[in-house]
Amino acid sequence: MSTLRATLTRTLPLRMVSSAAVAILALALIAAVIPALRGRIARHPVDVAAFLVVVAAVAAFWTFPSDFTKRLKRNPLSITGFTIIVLFITVATLAPLLAPPTPGSRDAYLIPHEGFAPDPGPPRPGHPLGTTSNQYDLYYGIVWGTRTALRVALIVVTISMVIGLLLGSVAGYYGGRLDEVIMRVTDIFLAFPGLVLAVVITAVLGKGLNNVMIAIALVGWPLYARLLRGDILSVKQRDYVEAARAMGAGDVRIIFRHVIPNAIYPFMVVAAFDMGVVVLVAAALSFLGLGAEVGYADWGQLINMSRSWILGVPGNAFIYWYTVVFPGIVIFLFVLGWNLLGDAFRDILDPRLRGST
Amino acid sequence: MTAYVARRVLLLPLVAFGVTLLIFALLQFLSPAERAALFVTDPRQLQHIDAIIRKYGLDQPIYVQYWTWVKQLARGDLGWSQVARMRTTQAIGSFFPATLELTIYMIVPIILIGLWLGTTAAVNKDRFVDHFSRFFAISLRGLPSFVWGLIVLMVFYGKFNWFPPGRLSLDAGLFVRSGEFKVYTHLMTVDALLNGQFWIFLDALRHMAGPILTLVLVEMALLVRITRSSMLEVLRQDYVRTARAKGLDEPVVIGKHARRNALIPVITLSSLLFVGLLGGVVLAETIFNFPGIGKWGATAAVQLDIPGVAGFGMFVAFLTVLGNLAADILYAAVDPRIRLQ
Repeated sequence: MSTLRATLTRTLPLRMVSSAAVAILALALIAAVIPALRGRIARHPVDVAAFLVVVAAVAAFWTFPSDFTKRLKRNPLSITGFTIIVLFITVATLAPLLAPPTPGSRDAYLIPHEGFAPDPGPPRPGHPLGTTSNQYDLYYGIVWGTRTALRVALIVVTISMVIGLLLGSVAGYYGGRLDEVIMRVTDIFLAFPGLVLAVVITAVLGKGLNNVMIAIALVGWPLYARLLRGDILSVKQRDYVEAARAMGAGDVRIIFRHVIPNAIYPFMVVAAFDMGVVVLVAAALSFLGLGAEVGYADWGQLINMSRSWILGVPGNAFIYWYTVVFPGIVIFLFVLGWNLLGDAFRDILDPRLRGST
Repeated sequence: MTAYVARRVLLLPLVAFGVTLLIFALLQFLSPAERAALFVTDPRQLQHIDAIIRKYGLDQPIYVQYWTWVKQLARGDLGWSQVARMRTTQAIGSFFPATLELTIYMIVPIILIGLWLGTTAAVNKDRFVDHFSRFFAISLRGLPSFVWGLIVLMVFYGKFNWFPPGRLSLDAGLFVRSGEFKVYTHLMTVDALLNGQFWIFLDALRHMAGPILTLVLVEMALLVRITRSSMLEVLRQDYVRTARAKGLDEPVVIGKHARRNALIPVITLSSLLFVGLLGGVVLAETIFNFPGIGKWGATAAVQLDIPGVAGFGMFVAFLTVLGNLAADILYAAVDPRIRLQ
């Protein structure tokens, strides 16, 4: 342990600095080659800084001398998942550089559009992925939609995790009538298919991305609560909890210092899977017309806009293929990435399941 | 066994009560005028919203309101669905058979192909079938059903005109509504066969093929994964080694000793599968314009038809709970260890 710490203190800042330096050099090189980027970098220093932080963090994680990263690097599927997610995070942080918002627009998340011609336009210079109905640029929508997707996923997973953590630990730790009540409440929430309950909640709260997030978080927490409760039930029998109590530790201290840290791993695995599921459900709700307003950079919204054009024109069914294929591929990759990462976490953290998939 | 089933069944009213509480709590986010629509059974009544608010006590304390609402529910009165242009209970009655039929046609291929692929992959671990099934299962898990559905629609309707949207073609629909066609079960394919009209049977199948292709592929991935890992687990057990050691044929070992035990966790999964399909039909029916409860629920949600949404939600919850109950009972019937707990 001490040698590990020693290696860490010696190498970690060094690695972070060196990888950030490499990233700066690369950016400088790109800026030198493509003059148009120079102005963009200067205009969005915060986003560039965020990107450098991400690069440093990824490099630090990747070179972290632990069993966890060693196992992660051994499985090609895990590497694929990790790469996909890092790519999405990169696109999200660099969104203003990759797809600069129109100067003077009131919200960068609103996709710029030229004119209101209803039928989609094919990929062409200036619109690398084409435009969807009403001339919304698909490339812009996908790039900024990455930010929307990550934001939705993070916020929703955090909310459901916090609710699940609180109620699950209370139910598992105290047991008795409180446990019974909380578990029956989760039963009620689990009596709905997730998508259906989310549709009902969003319909009642009103359309919009914020309400979609609330709806999905409300649908998601029972899973975490149940998982944590089950783990706590098995952990709390252990001797070290008994020992902590004998030493006079309070309930809160026992829960947060002894029980949760030992029951948290399955929690992290589910959270990784959930990041993908949340975005999938949010996109489905947007697709149904319950999510973001028209023109907001959101992947589900892009697919929704392509819906009326999907059949093409008589004699040429595939003429508007790009309106559904590009956003579709992005959603697919995002969900796949988190799924692979979730698989990786599970294989690493739960050795019993190793090699089962 | 009886005690176990009885305990499970007794939990049902409790969950049903909880579901009404949850829906009622959600409805409290709406204004009294919006909630008044829940008690409207005829569109003409919409002229007198104030009178309805007073009549049903929507300005009363919450527990009084809940009681009024539950009494309505118990009478089977869920209000007027503007989207369906009929009472919500009627709407459920007229849309559900279509969804039921669709679900049956989905679940059969999912289970047959999924189980076959899963067990074959496990038996041939690390060979081609195995790699194929794993690639298949992994890549399908990220596939959004609505994107896949749109692509199916684009290819098989737009390009080839094989699987048209809707439930029946124009001429078939006219014939079904005419006096010559007797309705027995409301399941179109069954009714068509009972009437001896084979062309209507084919027409109904053709219209269901799109949604089926959409959801079967997406929902099967999970089943393949679970069956495979469950089968691998079982193949490592001592009794399988014993069966092999005493010289049984491999098909007997796989079919009689291994697969039967591997199916136990799959039964639990099948209730998950059912729940997944109930959610999935919302998207698939919307894409293929299939007149089932999923499309009705989604349209009701978008058009703020609150009685429709509430009725749809409660009905689907009811189906889900029944599905889970069935899986629990089946699980206990198959595995004696569960019963004794």
